[in-house]
Amino acid sequence: MPADHPAFGSCPAPLVDDERIQLGHGSGGRLTQRLLEQLILPAFANPVLDRREDQAVLELPAVPGERLAFTTDSFVVSPLFFPGGDIGKLAVHGTINDLAMAGARPRWLSLAFILEEGLPLAILRRVVASIAEAAQACGVHIVTGDTKVVGNGQADQLFINTSGVGVVPPGLSLGAAAVRPGDAVLISGTLADHGLAVLAAREQLGIDSELHSDTAPLHELVHALLGSGVQLRCLRDPTRGGLAAALSEIAARAQVDFEIDETALPMHAPVRGACELLGLDPLLVANEGKLVAIVAPDDAERALGALRAHPLGRNSALIGHASHGGTGEIIIRTAIGGQRILELPLSDPLPRIC
Amino acid sequence: MRYIDEFRDRSRARALLQEIQRIAVRPWVIMEVCGGQTHSILRYGLDALLPAHLELVHGPGCPVCVTPLELIDRALAIAARPEVIFTSFGDMLRVPGSQGSLLDARGRGADVRMVYSPLDAVRLARENPARQVVFFAVGFETTAPAIAMAVKLAHAERLPNYSVLVSHVLVPPAMAAILESPGNRVNAYLGPGHVAAIMGCGEYEDLLRRFAVPVVITGFEPIDLLEGIWMAVRQLEEGRAEVENQYSRTVGKDGNLPARRALQEVFEVCDRNWRGVGPIPQSGFQLRPEFRALDAGSRFDVQSIVTSEPPQCISGLVLQGQKRPTDCPAFGRECSPEHPLGATMVSSEGACAAYYSYRRSAARAGDAR
Amino acid sequence: MCLAIPGLLKERFETAGLPMGRVDFAGLCKEVCLAYVPEARIGDYVVVHVGFAISCIDAAEAERTLQLLDALGELASAEERGETARKDGDAIH
Repeated sequence: MPADHPAFGSCPAPLVDDERIQLGHGSGGRLTQRLLEQLILPAFANPVLDRREDQAVLELPAVPGERLAFTTDSFVVSPLFFPGGDIGKLAVHGTINDLAMAGARPRWLSLAFILEEGLPLAILRRVVASIAEAAQACGVHIVTGDTKVVGNGQADQLFINTSGVGVVPPGLSLGAAAVRPGDAVLISGTLADHGLAVLAAREQLGIDSELHSDTAPLHELVHALLGSGVQLRCLRDPTRGGLAAALSEIAARAQVDFEIDETALPMHAPVRGACELLGLDPLLVANEGKLVAIVAPDDAERALGALRAHPLGRNSALIGHASHGGTGEIIIRTAIGGQRILELPLSDPLPRIC
Repeated sequence: MRYIDEFRDRSRARALLQEIQRIAVRPWVIMEVCGGQTHSILRYGLDALLPAHLELVHGPGCPVCVTPLELIDRALAIAARPEVIFTSFGDMLRVPGSQGSLLDARGRGADVRMVYSPLDAVRLARENPARQVVFFAVGFETTAPAIAMAVKLAHAERLPNYSVLVSHVLVPPAMAAILESPGNRVNAYLGPGHVAAIMGCGEYEDLLRRFAVPVVITGFEPIDLLEGIWMAVRQLEEGRAEVENQYSRTVGKDGNLPARRALQEVFEVCDRNWRGVGPIPQSGFQLRPEFRALDAGSRFDVQSIVTSEPPQCISGLVLQGQKRPTDCPAFGRECSPEHPLGATMVSSEGACAAYYSYRRSAARAGDAR
Repeated sequence: MCLAIPGLLKERFETAGLPMGRVDFAGLCKEVCLAYVPEARIGDYVVVHVGFAISCIDAAEAERTLQLLDALGELASAEERGETARKDGDAIH
């Protein structure tokens, strides 16, 4: 038996990419160690992670009035790779965005994998690289994590959970409860990009690739908005369930109605074309790089200016306002001057022929 | 988008609404036949914009809703077979049969896939020679030509592993059945624009001869619907009964001749059971004998389960326009999209489900006028 | 029933003996079977249902319809301004 090699630990054979995940990789034994040391941990090197403990010990914020924001999200998207992104990017951006919606600066992420037996290591390597790239670009550290393996067929290739911790500046308290009738509703850009791109890729709808996910980290856009000094009530990122779900949540909590002008909703032309062709309502389709901002009515223009000045907010628009109601209804003013009440569907909308 | 945006124009809508307001003196009941037209009316809030004495009732134009429970159960049984790749349009995937829906079946391990076009199913068959690809052929005359082409292709290529489960229904017989029914309230029809694009306007002349009811072949955009309603009201107020073509940019008098030829080549007319309405003679398509080998119903010998509909369900009366969804005591209570009791709630295009999702509170409807 | 959308025909070709085309819906391109619209030419708008073109838009008819509606609109506005008085039964053809 060769002596322990510093690069490979006690096992003489290096990881090769055409290997696949085996149940043993989740067992905590040597296969797990190999996977961590050779594929996962090197991608995320940072002082906390490098201590190789079971947990991350973090410095609490020192500035009086700073608070922690904490969130968690799981990612099960299929396919794993799609135009504009992949599950890894989503996992980083999605959790960062949940923190950003409180105005928090994202600092630390945990990263947990559930891997399907048989998953090619090459795919895991791609996902890990994507996570590392996204985290580095956002200045967040992956400080702790976990890896489990389940039997063939018990997971769809790869699932990810990320939890995130961020720091909320003193005095900032955003939330749906702050929304009042008359407040302006802003969206930071085009709707339905992500959901359509993933649907088209997953169902192989043969729609030529003008559809791209909009997955993006929004913490700097939020920072710009906060810096403009507007009276910001509430932020939400309209992910699954689309803008409809996000507005419904806010409306219910704030006990207001929303009146939304359908003609003001920004959309990329091909995404609109896809929605028309498939019979999908863009209000119900997921976004991964957009935010809804509710601001005091007099601040709408200034807020728009701040958003539009940032690359991720170039297509920002004022789309409606909150109104007295108390029933939490979303009222859509239609293109021809009529109206309808938006109701959330039971589950994901599917393309229709009818 | 060209030929779409112009027909969603606010000022044209206003002009048409003013015209309708001006000429609609007496109360009338107008039925739009197609689920897509129902969808558009509710999505744009059209019926709330019309004068109160004009009533729009929503017809049986949802091929998903009218697919018999027995056929859905047959589809589920076929999909459960390990060798089968079961393909379908998105609409059908959530409709529950006696043992859940096709999506539920996928959750239990069945290989159920959504396709956009029937040709995608043929491609799947070519790519998976060891599997049996079955396509759920649901739809009106608009969709049947696409299935006809897929069947002809598969037949010409002698694909041994492609078959179709046919559930095509024809619209004019249903329109006649509604007018014949004793409780009928329909004064005029907005005819199915895309069905007519295929079949032409001649079938509606037959309807006219039998029933003397105005038929305005209408498109699907809000301006189309408003113009169609205007033309129908004009006929009614003037005591005329004619077939008019509002959707003239898409519909020609004779329809689409190559498509009609393909239909005649592949299908023959047969009797069909419409869920909620009952059997309507000569109201469906089935494969002609020469293509019967591609019929999934025969290829897969499955025991079908006969189920009866819940007694409180008044789908049939709703589909015929004799009752509104809100007239049903179970609407929004025992019956909802989460727990549908019958045909018109199971599909998101059904009149009851459409009402549920685009529901307008009465107060808001008042504000909008 | 029958969700069908007009798109611009940009390209014609053949696949497996079937006449096919690339149709552009506001920048979203899709392959569509043209077997049922043999008359369609590049630059025409075709109405597409489940991957098949079922009709070729008659541009002249579309124009006629829109002009009729716009005339209606003008008449309605003129009435509002008190410029005309219209009798019931006036046809706008």
